[in-house]
Amino acid sequence: MTQELSRRALMGATAGSLLLAGGNAGAQQKPSELRVGITTFLSGPASVFGVPSKQMAELLFEQVNAQGGIGGIPVKPYFVDEAPGTEHLVGEYRRLVQNEGVHVMFASISSGSCLACTPLSDEMRKTTLLWDCGTQRIFEEGKHPFAFRTQGFGTPEVLAPLLYLLKHKPDFKSIAVINQDYAWGRDSWELWKTAMDVLKPGVRVVAEMFPRLGATDYSTEVTRLLASRPDVILTTSWGGDLVTLVRQAAERRLFERSTFVMPVAEASLQLLGKVVPAGHVIGARGDHWNNHPKPKDPAKLAKFVDGYRAKYNEYPIYPCHHMAQAISALQAGYAKAIAAKGGGWPNDQELANAFRGLTFDTPTSTITLREDGQGLEDQIVGLSSFNDKFPFAVPKDMIMFPAAMVSTPVGMKSVDWLKTLTPAILAQTPAPI
Amino acid sequence: MAGWLQDNGLLLGLAVLDGLAYAALVFMVAVGLNLVFGVLRIVNVAHGSLFAIGAYTAASLGLFFASQGLPPLAGYFALVLAAALVGALLGPLIERFLLRRIYGHEEVLQLLVTFALFMILEDVQKLVWGVQPVSQDLPMTYLGTIDVPFGDDEIPFTKYQLFVLPGIAVATLVGLALFLRRTLAGRMIVAVTADKEAATAMGIDATRIMLLTFTAGAALAALGGALASPTTSLVPGVGAQTIVLSFAVVATAGLGQIEGAALTSLMMGLGRSVAVYFAPEFEVVVPYLIMVAVLLVRPQGLFGVLETRRV
Repeated sequence: MTQELSRRALMGATAGSLLLAGGNAGAQQKPSELRVGITTFLSGPASVFGVPSKQMAELLFEQVNAQGGIGGIPVKPYFVDEAPGTEHLVGEYRRLVQNEGVHVMFASISSGSCLACTPLSDEMRKTTLLWDCGTQRIFEEGKHPFAFRTQGFGTPEVLAPLLYLLKHKPDFKSIAVINQDYAWGRDSWELWKTAMDVLKPGVRVVAEMFPRLGATDYSTEVTRLLASRPDVILTTSWGGDLVTLVRQAAERRLFERSTFVMPVAEASLQLLGKVVPAGHVIGARGDHWNNHPKPKDPAKLAKFVDGYRAKYNEYPIYPCHHMAQAISALQAGYAKAIAAKGGGWPNDQELANAFRGLTFDTPTSTITLREDGQGLEDQIVGLSSFNDKFPFAVPKDMIMFPAAMVSTPVGMKSVDWLKTLTPAILAQTPAPI
Repeated sequence: MAGWLQDNGLLLGLAVLDGLAYAALVFMVAVGLNLVFGVLRIVNVAHGSLFAIGAYTAASLGLFFASQGLPPLAGYFALVLAAALVGALLGPLIERFLLRRIYGHEEVLQLLVTFALFMILEDVQKLVWGVQPVSQDLPMTYLGTIDVPFGDDEIPFTKYQLFVLPGIAVATLVGLALFLRRTLAGRMIVAVTADKEAATAMGIDATRIMLLTFTAGAALAALGGALASPTTSLVPGVGAQTIVLSFAVVATAGLGQIEGAALTSLMMGLGRSVAVYFAPEFEVVVPYLIMVAVLLVRPQGLFGVLETRRV
């Protein structure tokens, strides 16, 4: 009797464990659809990024589903607005995972949103692709086994334009910064200043200005910049803020007095038309310029750009590329996980395992996810210029900085790593492409 | 102090020029809010939406006129037309069908209703104009710039910023003051602001006055947005950014005080500009520091009068 009870108890416990583990040790039933939760800005100033990226997601998922979906099942996206704030977003993340049963999460545009979501990915063991946020803190301040960033991050996105400037205008002696007053604006200046102090010590900072996010008037800041005459003006601002700043600066001839460095300019260039003069340093938070001179597959990039233009009558901007990267990673990750399981459907742990070290195609190149989950994306920086093909500024004299050259190594913090740089890194800078 | 002024006097001069233009924009929005607040006794959160819709409409009209090959001066007509259209269409609509139902109700209900309206109008903006920045700077670029001497240097300012904005703000201030004091309709508005019941007892149609006032307030908000549109780019949320500062102006100025709104806008505009030059970390907070300082000394606002509470 005792022996029988023990056997029953053991069998029951084993079955219970398997159930509680969500079938981790056994076969995972293939769902009827692949549900993907996507957090993005659908309202507020940052919807200039969020809405185009949502459009791109809808376009690409439509194409994916027309070709049979992922792993043979259709993909169904669930979009969530980041604008109400992190508390709302955390609640929505939980709701999507627990109530809607999403299989993968895409988070987010805001670094604050990503910092709030990655601990949830740990807790809920849900694979989360960080598809656009740039804060270096995510993987430098903790390990997140279920989180993967499918693009670059703040450090290479700031270091590459600095290296470009040091090549293009090595004799600059003074600089001013005008960034938005929030995490990215402050962090990007800290990264820039740290690297600049070791690569070109002695540069005089004549103004540090951090107007509020969403400011509608920069005339006072422009006057101060005109009066202080810095050789270089750095701004990592974006969206309507950057458009307003550039328009007011151009009207008052500030571009004639100083060289602008705008690491995030790409997303605003088509809105600015011919307003940005030629000869200023522009970046795109990656290598994904629509006029990339040497894409891995030119036909693929052309199809990507033309497909979006045909549907939305505008060029895809970098958040569209970042969304495409996340979707490509999703396809590659599932393909790898399904193959590793001999054709079976992966559970959460098996899916996350597949993303580690994953290499996937993008419209312009390929990206590899490091062991810490960070994506290695090359950075292309160039000088604003005009040609017959585009009715707005596009880069020329482009330099492609290899991701490994400008990215903080695994296990180091960006500010500490930047302090170890020496001017020798300039010698490693590739020739323009 | 004298030494500091000698070192920074030129910069201070630039800050004053910038502050005047900024104050003009702030005044144009706040004055309408103050007028509405004074007469209707409603804190209209949707005032920021009227600003935004005025700005978007002006930009759209300006772009349309330009596409039709009309001369650049038509861009200025677009600014005025946008304000008139928004005021005449949205003002009566909102007052008649929404606000009239909540007069005299609890303030929290009024806040919730106007906040809901604000959210609805924000979505309407996105539906009509999308989320990408909209710009139409022809009225500003047409006038060009003027170089202001700065020591051995010269600083270009846009004429629009230096002359048009302050000019229209002053004209609005004078015009409103004359209207309120010298015309029958204006005096009736002042009467309703001071005591609605007494004004009604004297034969004033308070309902009509409130409709007129709200329409004028909506048009002023739209005019503020229209005037700002050539200098900025319009994105979702632009109305929310504007309304917060406008509330600070109204609270500091005192209920329904037009001159108070002008003086407060000037203080806040100049304070912000000086901060950008000499203490940029305080740029955002300076207007609110001014508000706190004023309200600590005069809780009823700069030009407000203490009211006996009715029971």
